[in-house]
Parts: sequence; structure tokens; C-alpha cells
Amino acid sequence: MQSLQKITSRFIPLRIENVDTDQIIPARFLKATTKDGFGKNLFRDWRYENDDETKPKADFVLNQKQYAGEILVAAKNFGCGSSREHAAWSLQDYGFKVVVSSFFADIFKNNALNNGVLPVTVTDAFLQEIFALGAEATLSIDLAAQSITIDATGSTQKFEINAYKKTCLLNGYDDIDYLLSMKEEIEAYEKVNQQ
Amino acid sequence: MGHTIFDKIWDKHVVKIIEDGPSVVYIDKHLIHEVTSPQAFTGIEKRGARLFRPQQIVATADHNVPTLHQELPIKDALSKFQVDTLIANCKKHGVELYGLGHPNQGIVHVIGPELGITQPGMTIVCGDSHTSTHGAFGSIAFGIGTSEVEMVFAAQCVMQSKPKLMRINIDGELKKGVVSKDIILYIIAQISASGATGYFVEYAGSAIRALSMEARMTICNMSIEMGARGGMIAPDQTTFDYIQGRLFAPKGADWDKKLAAWKELYTDADAKFDLEINIKAEDIDPMITYGTNPGMGLSVQGKLPTIESFTDATEKQNYEKALKYMGLTAGQTLLGMPVQHVFIGSCTNSRIEDFRLVASIIKGKQKHPSIQTLIVPGSQEVAKQIKLEGLDKIFEAAGVEIRQAGCSACLGMNEDKIPAGEYCISTSNRNFEGRQGAGARTLLASPLTAAAALLTGKITDIREILN
Repeated sequence: MQSLQKITSRFIPLRIENVDTDQIIPARFLKATTKDGFGKNLFRDWRYENDDETKPKADFVLNQKQYAGEILVAAKNFGCGSSREHAAWSLQDYGFKVVVSSFFADIFKNNALNNGVLPVTVTDAFLQEIFALGAEATLSIDLAAQSITIDATGSTQKFEINAYKKTCLLNGYDDIDYLLSMKEEIEAYEKVNQQ
Repeated sequence: MGHTIFDKIWDKHVVKIIEDGPSVVYIDKHLIHEVTSPQAFTGIEKRGARLFRPQQIVATADHNVPTLHQELPIKDALSKFQVDTLIANCKKHGVELYGLGHPNQGIVHVIGPELGITQPGMTIVCGDSHTSTHGAFGSIAFGIGTSEVEMVFAAQCVMQSKPKLMRINIDGELKKGVVSKDIILYIIAQISASGATGYFVEYAGSAIRALSMEARMTICNMSIEMGARGGMIAPDQTTFDYIQGRLFAPKGADWDKKLAAWKELYTDADAKFDLEINIKAEDIDPMITYGTNPGMGLSVQGKLPTIESFTDATEKQNYEKALKYMGLTAGQTLLGMPVQHVFIGSCTNSRIEDFRLVASIIKGKQKHPSIQTLIVPGSQEVAKQIKLEGLDKIFEAAGVEIRQAGCSACLGMNEDKIPAGEYCISTSNRNFEGRQGAGARTLLASPLTAAAALLTGKITDIREILN
């Protein structure tokens, strides 16, 4: 997994609530057997008219040239619905390193963290401050300090992440290596608890 | 202080608590399917590791399979490759697979309980958010991502923080025409599509106790639609009777021993929840959704909210977006509105009891000529039982075809899709934009309400037919 420490970037404002993982990556793209190449189908049906790449929808933020950056900012309850990790793969493959929202769905949050995409939960008021910014504004995220800052105004907020996950992300460690190192403990647990 | 049923099961499965981090939680049963497992198999192979406990994994093909002519090779090349990949992976790694054509094949959350794999007190995971279904048996069951599927492959454990606990009590008697699907759609409409995020939910109360196992599964199944990590119901005699005698149910002395342990799985009277919600069963009407998340639901007799009822600008904007997608108007009623499709199926409502309900309504009647149907049993076993009980004759006489088992139009991965702009009354679990096909307009409802529309061609209060 790629490590993530500090990032300063412009952002893409997605002012939509309850963005479900079917929107992030529609089911018809889940026939793949690898993790690669999902970025081009990210938000596919919001991005293109009739599934046609030559007809981008002008009203969708990913198609609006004034917006760019490695940070996606979305309204509350981002990533709800299906557990498909393909949603995290699509965001990552498209180039997002951070998603900011006032509220994340549980499974998505885990999936994002397991792929080096940092979910940053901010208050509703802070989210509105971000949405009010212009397209040139930048945000700075410092994982070690657990802070997100609006660079133009200096407005800043702390965000929560558990210490274990923070260490993993800062160093690019993954849970599977950790679990593989616990094999003996798990076998000991089984001897006591499983008939 | 007493313990909740969740605490009792969770605590028994914690291998290790990481300081300031998640717990390492042991998983008893791991269910896998073709869509969310291939990258996990690749991952484990890349690490040079082997599956730690392959005998605790059961696989099936359900999400990406056709529901017609399953005996023939799958036509769609990508779908065929994905299903073939599952077959190859299971063979290579020694995982039991109930693939197409196998009598145990079906939707993963239908076959687990049906085969007696799902048992009280277990921890169960699957790379599918509707894994919460299995909680109906008094197990801790939740959906996981593919990285976590790989974790379970590697170590039979996941790393999860203990969730907050919520209890939803539903007491009293359900009104005529109201079934378990209406209960859960009512709850989600009350607390919203994110109202239980961060929580694990226990459903309790006299109305829950009175439900069959199939009906309880429908409720636990949709826990994720209000954001909950999972949902569960304490096991009781209804649970034990359902399990006894099934293929993988404990037998003989083992049964007696397990049964004694299962009877200890209840929430102590003095246990505390982080949040408790009380609902009167009498307040629930047949429900239907009008929007693009399962929280946007109302009584079939109700009117859509007015625009003015939203004070928050983003919420108002989202409501207007949903109305535009659905082709509906604020303040309107849905009753009497024509629909073009009826889908009966999915891990929410594709069990034998659901087919009995539908058959009881359409018996001796004809499908409305303007309605197209997708009627999809949850498993080969359900399909077999439909024939055994002669329900297939009732459907046939009504002019309705019964297909073969799979997830079908619930998620539109295979060719079972609803055309853009058309309305489908669906017994499934999600009305997201494009869920049943690009531009498809989904109205979630119970099998009874779906059966009513099948006959009338429009949104109908089932009580008009029952009376």
C-alpha cells in the first residue's frame, strides 16, 4: 500500500448527499477480476450521457475544467450502499488521495483506508466553508497532525483516525501483513475456542 | 451490568484488541462469490500465502449469472470469465463451491441459512453488504470489502472496531397486508439512510418474535440500508425449528450441545444500548419508496414531501435531483400510478415464503397485460420447493415466467435490467440511480405490494385486493 503523509491540493466539490457506491462505480463494471483501470468508469453515469464517453455531461463536476486536484469533497453519507471495494479502487485509480465529507458509510471508510485513500470527516459547518470556496482554493491535510486546513483562510479542523490505521497509512503497512504475523496467536485462540 | 447478545458473541470472537486500534475478530464462516473474491485470491497468491482455513469458506455464483438457460455456457464473455475464475480459484485452494447447476447454488444470503450453514452465535462475513441477513439467526454477520476478504483468506480474522449498539423494539400486531418488508422500509424511512451508521442493530419486541425466519431475514437484510454495520435478532424456538434437520445443521449429541449454548444467546434485561428506538407495529402501513435511497419511503397511501418541507439547501437540492430522476412531483401521491415492471427476487425477498405470499394474491388471476416481470427464486432449493408446492402452476396460469436462481435485476449485473425511464416495483433492497439498469426507476416494496401491481398494472394498496 502507498503511504500518505501530507497533501496540499485543489479539490473537486461534489455537493451531493448519500453518494452510494453504485454511483461511484456502476455494477456493470464489476465483471473485472483485477483491481486495475476502474478510474475511467468512476461516476460513469453521472459523467457521460447515455454511457457515451464522447458526450460528457456539462453539469457534473468531474467534467468542469475549472476544478482539479487529488481531493474529493462530498456532502454527507458518502460511500453508502454496496460493499464493493471497486469504489475505493476507482477513486484511487482516478487520482484521488483524500475524500472529505461530514459523514462516511462504514464499509466504504474501511475499504478506502485499506487502499491508501484517506477519508477525512469534518463538521457540517466546515464542509460548507469548503463548498463556499472558489475553484482555485487549496486544502492541506496533515495525517500525522490529523488536521485539515483551508489554506486561503487558515481555517483548520482536527479529524479522527485510530492510531493503528494512522500508523498503517503513514508507513504504507497493510492489515494482511499484520494478520499473517499473528498466525500463532490465532491458532492458540482456535485451540481454546473452536471445537 | 448485563450483556447484549452482540457483546456475548463479539467478546467470544476477539483474538486480540489492538491498543488505540481495531480488534482482531475471528470469523467462523466466510461466504464468497464471483464478484468480490477474484482480487483477494490474486492478492493472497502474490504474497505467497495459502488460505488459512479453506474448510470454513463456502462459495457460490450468484451476482453475475444469467437467470435463463443456466445449463448452457454463459454468453457474456466477461461474466463467463469471472465465474470460471471462481471455479478455478475454489479448485486450486480447496474451497467448497456451489456453482451453477449445483443443487445448493443460489444467492449467497439465501443458501447460507437454507443449508444450515448459518447458525446462532457465529461470526459470518461475506464480500457483500447484505451479509447482515444472517443476523436473523442471532449471529454477528456483516459485509466486508475485498481487502478484508483477503484478510479472512490469510488469517480467518478481520480487523474491526466494536460498533455502537442500537436496539429497535417493534411491539404490537401488524395490520392486515403489512409484512416484514414494510417494517424495515418504515424503520429506514423514520431514521434515514444513514440513521444507523456506526451502529450494530438488535431488533426486538413482540412483532419481531411473531415473525418467521424468512421474514426476520428480510428485516436484518436491509440493516445496511440505514447505514448499520449489521442487524440481528436473538434466536428462539422459531430459529431452532428452522435450523434443525438442515444439511449442515448439527446432528445428535452435537445438536443438543449447540442448542444449549444457543439458548444462552439473548440480551440480558439490564444490558444497555447506546440508542434505543420504539416502534408500534400498528403504525406501519404497506410501504413504498419514491426516491433514490431506501430512506425515501412512505405509506402506499401517502403523499411525497413538499419542496418547502426541506430547510437545508443541500437536502432540498438532493430531493429535487431524486424527483427529477424518478420523474415524480413533490406532494403527489403514488397510488394509481402505472408501472411497467415487477421484480420479485433478491436476497431480501426471494425465499419460499415470499413466493407463497405472491402466489396467494395472484392465484386464479391474470397478470396485467402492460406488466413485464422478472420472477427470480433465491436458490435452486427455493425453485424446487416452488414446484413441489405447485406454486409454479399458479404463476404459469397467471402468465408469469419463473426464472433460475441469482441476484438478477437487484443490481443489474447480468442482462436482467429495467429500461431507462421505466418504473419497476421491486422486492429488492436498493432504489439507487441506475441500480436496476441505467435510468431505471425503482420503487421498493413488499412481495404483497409487488403482487398487487402485477395484477393491476399500477401502484395499488394491497388491502384493496385483500378486502
